[in-house]
Amino acid sequence: MLLEALRLRKAFGGLCAVDEVDFAVEAGSITGIIGPNGAGKTTFFNLISRALPVTSGRIMFDGEDVTNLQPHHIARRGVARTFQATTLFGDATALENVLVGYRQRTSSGVWDALVRSARLAREEHEAHAVAHETLAFVGLTDSAERLARDLTQEQQKRLAMALAIVARPRLLLLDEPSAGINADQTRGLIALVEKIAATGITVLLIEHQMQMVMHLCRRIMVLDYGKKIADGTPEEIRNDPAVLEAYLGHK
Amino acid sequence: MKYGAGAALAIAVVLPLVVPNAYYLEILTQAYVFAISACGLNVILGFAGQLSLAHAGFFGIGAYTVALLATKAGVTFWAGVPAGIALSAVIGFVVGSICLRSKGHYFAIFTMAVGLIINLIIQKWESLTHGHVGVIGIPGPGAIGPIHFESGIARSYLALVCLALTLVATTRLLRSPVGRTMVAVRESEPLAAAIGLDVMAAKRLAFTISAALAGLAGGLYAGFIGFLGPESSNIEMTFNTLLYVMVGGIGSVVGPVAGTFIVYGLSQVLQVLQHYQMVIFGLALVLLILFMPKGLAGVFRRPSTQPTPLAESASLRAGSSKKGDK
Ligand SMILES: Nc1ncnc2c1ncn2[C@@H]1O[C@H](COP(=O)(O)OP(=O)(O)OP(=O)(O)O)[C@@H](O)[C@H]1O
Ligand SMILES: [Mg+2]
Repeated sequence: MLLEALRLRKAFGGLCAVDEVDFAVEAGSITGIIGPNGAGKTTFFNLISRALPVTSGRIMFDGEDVTNLQPHHIARRGVARTFQATTLFGDATALENVLVGYRQRTSSGVWDALVRSARLAREEHEAHAVAHETLAFVGLTDSAERLARDLTQEQQKRLAMALAIVARPRLLLLDEPSAGINADQTRGLIALVEKIAATGITVLLIEHQMQMVMHLCRRIMVLDYGKKIADGTPEEIRNDPAVLEAYLGHK
Repeated sequence: MKYGAGAALAIAVVLPLVVPNAYYLEILTQAYVFAISACGLNVILGFAGQLSLAHAGFFGIGAYTVALLATKAGVTFWAGVPAGIALSAVIGFVVGSICLRSKGHYFAIFTMAVGLIINLIIQKWESLTHGHVGVIGIPGPGAIGPIHFESGIARSYLALVCLALTLVATTRLLRSPVGRTMVAVRESEPLAAAIGLDVMAAKRLAFTISAALAGLAGGLYAGFIGFLGPESSNIEMTFNTLLYVMVGGIGSVVGPVAGTFIVYGLSQVLQVLQHYQMVIFGLALVLLILFMPKGLAGVFRRPSTQPTPLAESASLRAGSSKKGDK
């Protein structure tokens, strides 16, 4: 198992946003997380990406306990993420966004910058090559020099994915990649997620759009009020009474 | 941009030769020195996005290091300035490590307190600093081979060279991965951390560099003026520097230099302004923040092709709250 959550719990005061969730993600898979609004899906991501401290429980990544790592440490170990409200460096170009995403792979420092060392030149060359390659991969070659905030919603989502995968993570957490875009664009994004998974990156995605989840995922976990209420194949989830109950009950 | 930089350099080189008298030459030299300090503040405030109000404290550390080493231990200006830079940087690193645990307004208040403490130490440690009397008779830069620095013009060029080096260094920094990391931290800490950037390390580095540049400016100041009092490190000095950076443009490399020339230049040339300095500057600062948050440099920034910056992420949030009705 690439990722394991063991009795993972997160409480905000009296509210238990993630409640004793046990869950494992198999390497090389595309796995989905669904659940009604406020079920704790984003909080679950925030715990795994270490953006929030856990209340109790453990997180294992690639067999190692990463429960208490800092966000940039877990990122460097290979866990990348996108944010629910597409988060980019708006005043920077698409290329600059992806370049800074590659920074964790390079090591030049202040002195390299001041004396313009050979190492800096080599790393910059490498970073630009990888950045352009990644922009091409997500279909943004023509937008490389445009400011991130000037891109369309769909392009911003593609850029957010480029930023997340440019450093070649092992696990990619996608928080509602299809939110706010139309059906056509969603199809394009589904194709992109499949393409990313095909390169060997394990994908864990939160998604409200059922077609997308059912189409992409071999396994799905359902959260409701912080608790895991189901975990199985799309078939099993579709026919699970607890899931139907949760969704209908919330209407 | 290239031509702009060339023109500015040409003007800067000619200026010391054409100013009408020694008084104006001294003001020009000081403007170069304060511009270095403003460039330093810009590294922490403009690049990394953290409002440090301890800046004049580091200016004072650089200045007093040069002054005290020279008057008490006979250390030359040329050795004193690097010592001042080093001491400012080391204290900056330690102070940064502590203050940067707090964020936003808390960081600003925390650093303001640090600035006040440094100023108080300078004022009260009379046996070392002579308190309010200050240090007098600080020797200026001695000759290097055939080049002498007694004349105002020579000192002006020395300050200009230091400013030029500062600009080259900050430009290279900003355009390097190190600078891009600082800007990423300024724009979004959660995103910066999520892409594997050490947010704390980036801020601490920016703070240390900013302190080092303030130390450089302070050291030059002490050697050029020849006497030094605790006012050189007070909060007013910090706010003046802040105003230079804000007028010129936060985050742009040359903005702080332009801001220093405009604000410091005006305040010295128009004597009337001096009496109402803080009133006018306070008002100017408020107006700036309201109407021109990116300063002069903001006016010349690369324009956005669409008028609404990241407005879509707002509609995104609205979109995601709607899907409950699925
Ligand atoms: N930082 C926080 N502080 C306090 N409460 C929080 C915080 N983050 C989330 N919550 C609460 O935790 C619960 C779960 O929120 P979360 O954002 O994880 O839900 P979600 O499943 O992602 O919902 P959505 O589908 O709307 O994105 C909600 O009740 C939310 O209000
Ligand atoms: Mg969410």
